[in-house]
Amino acid sequence: MSAPNPSPTPPAAAEQLKIVILGHVDHGKSTLVGRLLHDTGSLPEGKLEQLQQAAQRRGMPFEWANLMDALQAERDQNISIDTSQIWFRTPKRRYVIIDAPGHQEFIKNMVTGAAQAEAALLLIDAQEGVQENSRRHGYLLELLGIRQVAVLVNKMDLVGYSQERFYAVEAEYRAWLKRIGLEPSVVIPIAARKGDNVAEPGPNLPWWKGPTVLATLDKFEAARTPGDQPLRFPIQDVYRFDHRRILAGRVESGRIKVGDRLVFSPSNKTSTVKTIERWNAPARDSAETGESIGITLTDQVFVERGVVASLEQTPPYALTCFKARVFWLGKRPFTPGRKYRLKLATQEAECQIERLERVIDSATLQTVERLGAEPFVIRHEAAELTLRTKRPVAFDAVNEVAATGRFVIVDGYDVAGGGVIVPDSYPRRTADSLHKSHNIFWTSGRVSAEQRALRQGHAGRVVWLTGLSCSGKTTIAAELERQLFERGKHSYVLDGDNVRHGLCADLGFSPKDRGENIRRIGEVAKLFADAGVICVTAFISPYRADRDAIRRSLRTGQFVEVYLNIPIEACEQRDSKGLYAKARAGEIRDFTGVSAPYEPPVNPEIELPTGQLSVEECVSRIIDFLAALEK
Amino acid sequence: MLLDELENQSIYILREAFNKFERLAMLWSIGKDSTVLLWLARKAFFGHVPFPLVHVDTSFKIPSMIEYRDRLCREWKLQLIVGRNETALQAGRTYPGGKATRVECCGTLKKDALQAVIQEHHFTGVIVGVRRDEEPTRAKERYFSPRDRNMEWNVEDQPPELWDQFKTEFEPGTHIRIHPLLHWTELNIWEYIEREKVPVIPLYFANEKGERYRSIGCYPCTFPVKSPARTVREIVEELRRTRTPERAGRAQDQENEAAFEKLRRDGYM
Repeated sequence: MSAPNPSPTPPAAAEQLKIVILGHVDHGKSTLVGRLLHDTGSLPEGKLEQLQQAAQRRGMPFEWANLMDALQAERDQNISIDTSQIWFRTPKRRYVIIDAPGHQEFIKNMVTGAAQAEAALLLIDAQEGVQENSRRHGYLLELLGIRQVAVLVNKMDLVGYSQERFYAVEAEYRAWLKRIGLEPSVVIPIAARKGDNVAEPGPNLPWWKGPTVLATLDKFEAARTPGDQPLRFPIQDVYRFDHRRILAGRVESGRIKVGDRLVFSPSNKTSTVKTIERWNAPARDSAETGESIGITLTDQVFVERGVVASLEQTPPYALTCFKARVFWLGKRPFTPGRKYRLKLATQEAECQIERLERVIDSATLQTVERLGAEPFVIRHEAAELTLRTKRPVAFDAVNEVAATGRFVIVDGYDVAGGGVIVPDSYPRRTADSLHKSHNIFWTSGRVSAEQRALRQGHAGRVVWLTGLSCSGKTTIAAELERQLFERGKHSYVLDGDNVRHGLCADLGFSPKDRGENIRRIGEVAKLFADAGVICVTAFISPYRADRDAIRRSLRTGQFVEVYLNIPIEACEQRDSKGLYAKARAGEIRDFTGVSAPYEPPVNPEIELPTGQLSVEECVSRIIDFLAALEK
Repeated sequence: MLLDELENQSIYILREAFNKFERLAMLWSIGKDSTVLLWLARKAFFGHVPFPLVHVDTSFKIPSMIEYRDRLCREWKLQLIVGRNETALQAGRTYPGGKATRVECCGTLKKDALQAVIQEHHFTGVIVGVRRDEEPTRAKERYFSPRDRNMEWNVEDQPPELWDQFKTEFEPGTHIRIHPLLHWTELNIWEYIEREKVPVIPLYFANEKGERYRSIGCYPCTFPVKSPARTVREIVEELRRTRTPERAGRAQDQENEAAFEKLRRDGYM
């Protein structure tokens, strides 16, 4: 065996394509790789001879596969165990081959290799035909999002180069790929050991008029950077090495430029790109998909690792629930009720299975039935399910933006599964300025406020308690609700912590977010009052303008502002949670009364010096005031 | 552009490592690869290197390497930790001392010295500039590759690595090797050195005898190759044509086909 002349030197830093070679064990992957390296003149000098001599010393025939299987463990077991990578080149470009092993135990290595590839060659032994891993590898390619696939029917020499056998294998495998939604570029008959149809057509397959493996590879396209997709810039880290505050990350799709108005999801903060930061690179005021860069902002909003920056008009979804297809690799099964960690772009969140729709055998597509047991997913099975995260996660469906449409599941210390988010009718949050419609009017029902008041014996109202932290709002609100209830009044408390769990879970504590928090509570309180309820709210609500806005939105007399007037020192003494101490130590930022202002009401309906009155006295003053209103 | 793609991926990995590992260090052998890695760290962190560098000094390094190391440390304001196995050196348990084979010597002076530094400083993440194309054992590596309590690498049972989600969770007592240059080739390294004007040690360039080092290590075990390449440009041109393996001048690799793999499994870099 003599090495042919090396291929012509390609131009500097030429195009490169990452390919993966897959197939059932012993269907000839490593042999094909050895052959490709040899036929393109890409072997290091002396490597072939070294391996031929090593084979001779062991008294074994030389195998092309030995080129790839250089590890001792592999030689002992005669199977490859991991995704090595190896380079070769054609006149057109360089190729990186990821040699994915076919043995069942090493599916996680196959997934590791294939996830990095731009195109795949899938081998099937002409003699053995389509096997379990031929099917499973096809399924995984589809899940991993690899769309450029050529199928090679190998070992044609062992079936006498039979045209009929080739067509039979081709038909069977094409039918499988069709079921999983994958269309192969071409199906080629080859004999890797002999080199037939690898680099050259060879004399043994005169009936084959299609391309060789190399010609097929050269026709594949390098993964196109999805520049026309919406901008997704997940924040990897925030650096303050010098005077700059740099948000570092990689542009996963779209492009970003100076002056772009950004929204960060799921926190929903907004700011504008001031600069694009690079080191030892020509200054440019934009960055394309794939670039690892940094940005600085014009307004210093709170941004941390995990949030995804997008343009205001095209944000990702920001939810705690989505539908997905998951492939499981973990040693322990994937089980409903257990907690896992989700990693999506640079976000991490605790998650669990909300609903397990279907468990799938990835080699047959059959639904797996687990008799007499709760359903769960074991290694190498796939599943269709709904995942719930503990806090909102920014994501896209995988067909919209691949990089933010896929995730891994971590079980303990290990990545145990990979998944893609499938499209569904997820609610999309858009920038407020954009989704405000001019075509929404307040609809009045056929029951009037007067009718409701008559039926219940009282009108609907908002009793708005305001005051510093620890001034007694929650205690008074709870007691007020109980006493109103006992008097037969329809009453309900809206509490600060409770709304932060759901209604306002996406908000922080900046003045802007606090304003939005109060606005939403005001709207909800108004709806309660409209329904005839005496709605008691217990929020610091430090800004006069926010409270006055709610007052204006209600009818005269419907809004009862109660000011809990107590000196801050008294609040600090009552503070059992130590919040004031933490705020004074700088551990809590923007704390009302310490590092953020409190604006007392100018003309509250009721003012309660809660430092001097008992809870009982405070409540009875409010009840008296409400009773007077009903007369 | 290929070099941009390689650079972007390496920066991404370096930033993940910096975010995820509180006790992080980078190995710096003074050679071209780890110097490119150092350059990439300055790219990733906008001119800063926010973690210490570890140089494992066997005492058999070519003297100009140490001068070059100390100069860059001053100019780039680097924090350097030097690891040395003084016990073995004093006992002469080395290949040049005559009491060890080449591979045993690598194990003692490099692997054991590294392990001592990792333990002393409680590092949980160690960034190393190995590349897949260097030799077959390294081709099996992951970007984030776990090492157990004894620094051992379980090559048969490695974590899956997909979509740039790396293994950043690990049991106490174990550590993770991070390989940001895994996907680079020797030629890529030189093309990048040329493009970025990375200062490399002059030992890589041909001397008046027409010899240069292609890979740099300890002087008793590293030999120059015949080459007329005197500039980065000439090295790039030479590499585009050559089919001689890079580590042909590294004697420890040649000693026994399984010995080097064994050394890697035991925690060698």
